[in-house]
Amino acid sequence: MTVTSTASTAPPSGAEPNGSRARRPRISKRSVPYLLLAPALFFELLVHIVPMLGGLWMSFLRLNQFFLREWMSAPFTGLQNYRFALDFDGAAGVELFQSFAVTIAFAVITVGVSWVMGLAAALFLQRSFPGRTLLRGLFLVPYALPIYTSVMIWKFMLDRSDGMVNATLSDLGLGGERFWLLGNNAFLSLTVTAIWRLWPFAFLALMAGLQSIPTDIYDAAAVDGAGLWQQIRTITVPMLQPVSQVLILVLFLWTFNDFNVPYLLFDQAVPSSANLISIHIYQNSFLTWNFGLGSAMSTLLLLFLLVITAGYLMLTSRRSRNA
Amino acid sequence: MREPRWFQWVRGVGLCLLTLFTVIPLYVMVTTSVKPLADVQDTFQWLPSALTLEPYVDMWSTVRLADYFVNSAVVSLGAAAFSVLIALFAAYAISRYRFRGRDAFRFTVLSTQMFPGILFLLPLYLIYATVGQATGIVLQGSHIGLIITYLTFSLPFSIWMLVSYFDSIPVDLDEAAYIDGAGPVQTLWRVVIPAAKPGIAAVSIYAFMTAWGETLFASIMTDSDSTTLAIGLRDYSTQSTVYWNEVMSASLVVSIPVVLGFLALQRYLVQGLTAGAVK
Repeated sequence: MTVTSTASTAPPSGAEPNGSRARRPRISKRSVPYLLLAPALFFELLVHIVPMLGGLWMSFLRLNQFFLREWMSAPFTGLQNYRFALDFDGAAGVELFQSFAVTIAFAVITVGVSWVMGLAAALFLQRSFPGRTLLRGLFLVPYALPIYTSVMIWKFMLDRSDGMVNATLSDLGLGGERFWLLGNNAFLSLTVTAIWRLWPFAFLALMAGLQSIPTDIYDAAAVDGAGLWQQIRTITVPMLQPVSQVLILVLFLWTFNDFNVPYLLFDQAVPSSANLISIHIYQNSFLTWNFGLGSAMSTLLLLFLLVITAGYLMLTSRRSRNA
Repeated sequence: MREPRWFQWVRGVGLCLLTLFTVIPLYVMVTTSVKPLADVQDTFQWLPSALTLEPYVDMWSTVRLADYFVNSAVVSLGAAAFSVLIALFAAYAISRYRFRGRDAFRFTVLSTQMFPGILFLLPLYLIYATVGQATGIVLQGSHIGLIITYLTFSLPFSIWMLVSYFDSIPVDLDEAAYIDGAGPVQTLWRVVIPAAKPGIAAVSIYAFMTAWGETLFASIMTDSDSTTLAIGLRDYSTQSTVYWNEVMSASLVVSIPVVLGFLALQRYLVQGLTAGAVK
């Protein structure tokens, strides 16, 4: 910013005599929006776009700890990293496929349950009653907490065989020695923790969506004799569709890319039943120092997300054209 | 309309279940934070055997909590301030000007939000290292590097939300200011910003929360001088004894600023979210 201002205010020493008269005001009106956008564009390029392109380039390199300092001179290996990542007969391919399947299951369950819980809560709190504001605020607290504190709470509750969850289960006569953070139980622990933090966001968005539905539609339906359940099914859910679509896409992308919950819940040793794709890539990049392979996996992940988003956009634009 | 009996039942039961699910972990956090150490090492008890504030005193000396707190505050406040400032300019341009590349910019900014962080973590790390070698500006492991990184995380949502706020402010007001001789920045400052205050407040707290809770980049991009709370709280569990009571008291203390801010501003956040969702 300083560069532009000094350049434009500095006297044009040695400029040709006609130059100053022909010059337009210091900043031409057409460039105003570009100047306003420049800072945002600069930082987006620096932190997102350029590194993404860099990552794409790195996926073609044999980039390991030996070449990290001089990463630009790492040997070019073409598609070798991709071949290795997608070789389903080899260890890396099998692990990548497993991790992908776990991530899909995790994202679908988490988003589905969060949406249902959010919709239920929004419907329950639609009509005012004593304590409504209190409940509304309460439900939002898990979303407001920093991720690491909410995960720490769940980690404490699920930790140890005599922790809160196990102790309570055995008090209820459902007990048994169980370690929730190990083996197949880890997937359940991960999912419940993620839902606890995420569903308030669905609640927030759906609650706002409900407010945008005009009440006279319900009145008209009631006059026609539609019961409450029919009204929810034929008015509320369809009218919430635009909000739900964006919400579900956003939640899916968030949970699909989730790194924080498994990383904080399990520390370095994430059980394979909870080994989400971003953890898998992190391990391949920063624990085994195979950055080329990690970058190739990242690129594959990006392609998948692009397909999902493009499909979503096509679906919604077709629907809005038909409407 | 009249609610049928069955719905009142469903609502009662449903709200009870949702409340229990929400409250139990919060209850565990609060009660654990006032339990003596012996309580958190044995079988879980719903009620503390004794109430003590010791964890709140000891948590500061078990790990360098105060340092982490300051680091997080510097980074989060810095990221929020810059993010909002930059978003204000960008949103004003998008809302008030028709120019070539407008849609391309919107699309680019929005699409960066769907990229998983893991995708650009390593390249960014190497870019910061290269910039550091070439110019001497230390971005790795410094506050400024984290601030720059985090401000971009909240930028897309901030721009998106502020555009919808600005769109709701009549352009006539801008034009009146122009006639009075104000330039674009003055118009933004005098006319548009005052009218969009709730939106700006909501965006600020969102940006602050994003930075306050970030873990992935903090795990790679901080060193012992810049460790943030997200990473620092893990220190409690690497001690020979896991001080779960102190973990919970520290968690509670670091959560208070964001929870209060969020609850105060959630109404505006909701408005921004729906404006974005419906468009």
